Amino acid sequence: MPSILEIIGPSMIGPSSSHTLGAMRISKFAYNLDGGTPQDVIFYLHGSFQETYIGHGTWLALIAGLCGITTDDSRVAHADKIAKTLGMKYEFKPVDLGEVHPNTVKIFTTKNGEHHEIIGSSVGGGRIKIISIDSLRCQLDGEYPTLVVENSDVPGALEIIIKTISFSDVNIARLELNRESRYLKRANAVIELDSEPSDSVLNALRHLEVVKSLMYAKAIF
Amino acid sequence: MNVNRFSELVDISEKTGEPLDRVVLHWEMLDSGKSPKEIMEKTSELLHVMEEEYESHKGKTFKTLVGLTGSNSKKMYEYLPHAFIGEKVFTAATIAVLMAENNASMGRTVACPTGGSSGVMPGVLLTLEKSGIERDKLVSGLIVAGAIGKIISVHASLSGAQSGCQAEIGSGTAMAAGAAVHATGGTPRQVSNAAALSLKSLMGLVCDPVGGFVEVPCVKRNASGAVLALMFSDVAKAGVESVIPFDEVVDAMAKVGIAMPESLRETGKGGIADTPTAQKIAKEFSKKFKL
Ligand code: SF4
Repeated sequence: MPSILEIIGPSMIGPSSSHTLGAMRISKFAYNLDGGTPQDVIFYLHGSFQETYIGHGTWLALIAGLCGITTDDSRVAHADKIAKTLGMKYEFKPVDLGEVHPNTVKIFTTKNGEHHEIIGSSVGGGRIKIISIDSLRCQLDGEYPTLVVENSDVPGALEIIIKTISFSDVNIARLELNRESRYLKRANAVIELDSEPSDSVLNALRHLEVVKSLMYAKAIF
Repeated sequence: MNVNRFSELVDISEKTGEPLDRVVLHWEMLDSGKSPKEIMEKTSELLHVMEEEYESHKGKTFKTLVGLTGSNSKKMYEYLPHAFIGEKVFTAATIAVLMAENNASMGRTVACPTGGSSGVMPGVLLTLEKSGIERDKLVSGLIVAGAIGKIISVHASLSGAQSGCQAEIGSGTAMAAGAAVHATGGTPRQVSNAAALSLKSLMGLVCDPVGGFVEVPCVKRNASGAVLALMFSDVAKAGVESVIPFDEVVDAMAKVGIAMPESLRETGKGGIADTPTAQKIAKEFSKKFKL
């Protein structure tokens, strides 16, 4: 059951929890994953996001999330100006992402020459689902600190990764595995944690031989 | 404590003599693991947001996203001394419209239970506050409202896209009516009656926002919700009972929501959104901002 605090709240920026709060949380996830405001961003709007992005203020909410503004900060209404002072260029484009929720956005960011791309849906009441990170499929609601690991698909790889995390007393809340290529022996793990891992754990993970790459996103709440 | 129905909370409160808000806090603690103290503090913060937003915007005009509303609360604020229906009731309507206009202009708002219906609760609570009801009574009223909304969300829905506006303004009104009864010293049974009477009055209300945007009819519907909530709070405290118990009204609302055609569930295609004037507005707006 939902908490009564979710029923009588939250405090947010209007006008609509699915078009502003949800949109902002998706882009906040991108912000956390990138470790800050990117220099360039393209928002690809799908479905009803495309039709109502101005009238519902969705465009400002999306910009605000990538500026690191919190969900009930009244500066959301001027997020376009804040983006300018932070030096973030943005663009909105229509897109058809196929069979996804009508309120879905693909966020393509560029920061220091590095690109990331996440796809997220605002599924109602401000709740979100991140369904793809850099083409890797997932189902995240952003409530937990999240690790996205690309690892070699060899016996024991996952065990080493899990041990490294547990060694620092961080509990794993959920784990999702995908095999990218059996031929290349590449796999992916999306790991949701109960608490934030320390920098030393993240470093230790990055230095593991089985870890090809690692991304980390703080919880969005 | 496996509570599933509002009547169970009322029963527990009546049998033990514990105030209804305490019963709700215990239920919440077992359900979510949050301590009563934490919930009370967070609830008080939400009330504080309502108070602040009202104080900083009263008597002002708003620039809303689509521009279909924005000066109505100011007009009402100035008309207050002439209001035939009385100061308190008209104040509730005015605050409700103000908060809804603030929401429509990307202001800070408390989604209680949603953005579109976020004017009803402050309309009621801040009017009670102006009339001298103590703040901690308002907080406990808001906690009781949370239980009413939670029961509705479990057995029906709080979303206009799912069940029409009966689920947003309807639920918001039931919650605010219950909050008013509790905050002003009514019994748990009266809380439940006020909520049932409110929800019955708004049963079947469709979600028909012009162009799909949260401005028309949403903003002014908040006024009707706030006034209705205060009225049914008094009606219930007068001893009038709802023949159909609250929990059954919720189930009925869920069924009505399912029976509602999609055009009347936030698609902007039915109801007043389907009038020539609304169509014209929607067309002009979308022409202006074609992606
Ligand atoms: S008409 Fe629809 S969008 Fe407007 S308040 Fe009612 S449910 Fe919400």
